[in-house]
Amino acid sequence: MKTAVIDPIVTIRSRTVVMPSTNIDTDQLVPARFLTTTTKEGLGKALFADWRYDADGKPRPDFILNRPEAAGCRVLVAGRNIGCGSSREHAPWALVDYGFQAVISTEIADIFRNNSLKNGLLPVVVDEATHVWLLANPGAEVVIDLASASLSVPGRAAITFPIDPFARYCLMNGVDELGFLLSKDDAIKAYEAKRVA
Amino acid sequence: MSAPKTMFEKVWTAHEVVPETADTPAVIFIDLHLTHEVTTPQAFSLLRERGLRVRRPDLTLATMDHATPTRTEQVFGGAPITIDSAAKQIRQLEVNCADFGIELLGLQDARRGIVHIIGPELGVTQPGKTIVCGDSHTSTHGAFGALAFGIGTTEVGHVLATQCLLQKKPKTFAIEVDGRLAAGVTPKDLILAIIGKVGVSGGTGHVFEYRGAAIRAMSMDERMTVCNMSIEAGARAGMIAPDDTTYAYLADSPRAPKGAAWEAALARWRSLPSDPGASFDKAVHIDAATLEPMVTYGTNPGMVVAVNGHVPDRKGDPVFDAAMKYMGLNPGEPIGNAPVNVVFVGSCTNGRLSDLRAAARVLRGRKVASGVHMLVVPGSQEVKRLAEAEGLHDVFRAAGAEWRESGCSMCLGMNGDTVGKGQYSVSTSNRNFEGRQGVGARTLLASPETAAASAIRGRVTDPRELLS
Repeated sequence: MKTAVIDPIVTIRSRTVVMPSTNIDTDQLVPARFLTTTTKEGLGKALFADWRYDADGKPRPDFILNRPEAAGCRVLVAGRNIGCGSSREHAPWALVDYGFQAVISTEIADIFRNNSLKNGLLPVVVDEATHVWLLANPGAEVVIDLASASLSVPGRAAITFPIDPFARYCLMNGVDELGFLLSKDDAIKAYEAKRVA
Repeated sequence: MSAPKTMFEKVWTAHEVVPETADTPAVIFIDLHLTHEVTTPQAFSLLRERGLRVRRPDLTLATMDHATPTRTEQVFGGAPITIDSAAKQIRQLEVNCADFGIELLGLQDARRGIVHIIGPELGVTQPGKTIVCGDSHTSTHGAFGALAFGIGTTEVGHVLATQCLLQKKPKTFAIEVDGRLAAGVTPKDLILAIIGKVGVSGGTGHVFEYRGAAIRAMSMDERMTVCNMSIEAGARAGMIAPDDTTYAYLADSPRAPKGAAWEAALARWRSLPSDPGASFDKAVHIDAATLEPMVTYGTNPGMVVAVNGHVPDRKGDPVFDAAMKYMGLNPGEPIGNAPVNVVFVGSCTNGRLSDLRAAARVLRGRKVASGVHMLVVPGSQEVKRLAEAEGLHDVFRAAGAEWRESGCSMCLGMNGDTVGKGQYSVSTSNRNFEGRQGVGARTLLASPETAAASAIRGRVTDPRELLS
């Protein structure tokens, strides 16, 4: 499992983009009409397509990702419960292709969280008070340290966030889970041998 | 004596290839991997890049449903598929299944349909199985007492290559539904009410088990409608204990075990229900008898009211205000004021034969209101065949509705079956998110009965007014 397939993440240092909407579902992250692709590449331009562009495909100037202060930001602070709905992995593919490395919220939906971890996009669940502060301070310079699973923001004590140790290992080493699963071949064979069809 | 176990725990434990440790998730064996054209191409690419094969083609089944056309001339008549990228994706699945030796129920196969409709129909969905698919509505199969959940494309690749997934054990959540649904109130109304009560993220990290008298009284089709929308409350899976209703359904299905294998399977399945006294991490109670037909008014499936009720007034709540703006509705107004431009009957939620019968019962001898476009899309080619055998297609057509070939169609509109900007759609599908049925489309989720009644009146309508 030493094949590096994703860029390893150790520390993320970035200003934040804030999208305070609650329940940002994966249909908003990538509308279904973009799902007929057969590759992962290029989905960044589909990210938030219906919020980001008008009917003629022109960027809406008031949408946060179209504003100059969003340029270069790699951390998205979202309202509660981002990633609900469809299992489409196109959602984290689009976020990563756009340039995001982490998504912060108080709640992150299960399938989206799993999909994010497999694509070098770090899901960070924070407490209510930290979330309120982040929402109120768009563009704040944050530091996310994966080794200590901590998030630092200016003028506040660093907080830790929950992360599964195995997912953290994979992210920090840029390896994926497939290698680990393949290494369990003997156990899988043994299971198959006693399995009732 | 061992401690009482939930059904989920029994199925989970039976599939542990390697148990969870402090450092690593459990390795869980998957009994059935359902695949379709939209969430698999990149997984097959991964296999090719790594030089891997599909470990268990015998436990893998492919079909096409999401991006497929529903017009007969495009499915069977050789007319070109309108969206080039969709046509390419369909061809890619054919190539991938041929290259990796996977059974494909392709575009013109009589057994093709929405992946969550055909699994049960064929009888490959069975109690006690672990079932996954790159689709969040895989929870549907939990109606049989299977542990079934949606996965992403990377995980599709993991299952193709190893027939296993790395998973952390979720928590359990009992949804106790006592009493009986009143006449004209359907399982769709129940699940919408449950989502309204639990909230769209209330089930995150949990597996639901639907229990109680109202659930036991349901047919398999009805149980599937309930389990289907578990994900809309945030739960990846929803399960219902198998019982004689389950076994009677499976006994007639083509790929269920036969003869001695059936008897052995039955003995295993009967041990699956949660033990008396098994404890759940969370629980809610709902009295089915108090429910009315429900309809959504907002932009998530938890924003739901009784069909004869009013849009609530939560001005100042940003989610509510944004939903009102998008939906063009006013706080406090009767939901029955909402106009109807489009009615969609179909999807993995309500695209089964009993759903089409329910819609036809309301439509028979009546006409869809002028200016309303009604689309009826059977969930599978088998549902289509059975519906036509009893003349339901004639009822729909006589009422002025369109009758199509099977597929996901207008549930998510990725095949071109879409709702126009600003139009109101009463839909039997599962999601009313912004843009779900088309850019700017306004979706109101409801039962087939409510959808049909709303088509006739051209307004959101309580079906009981037409069913008496």
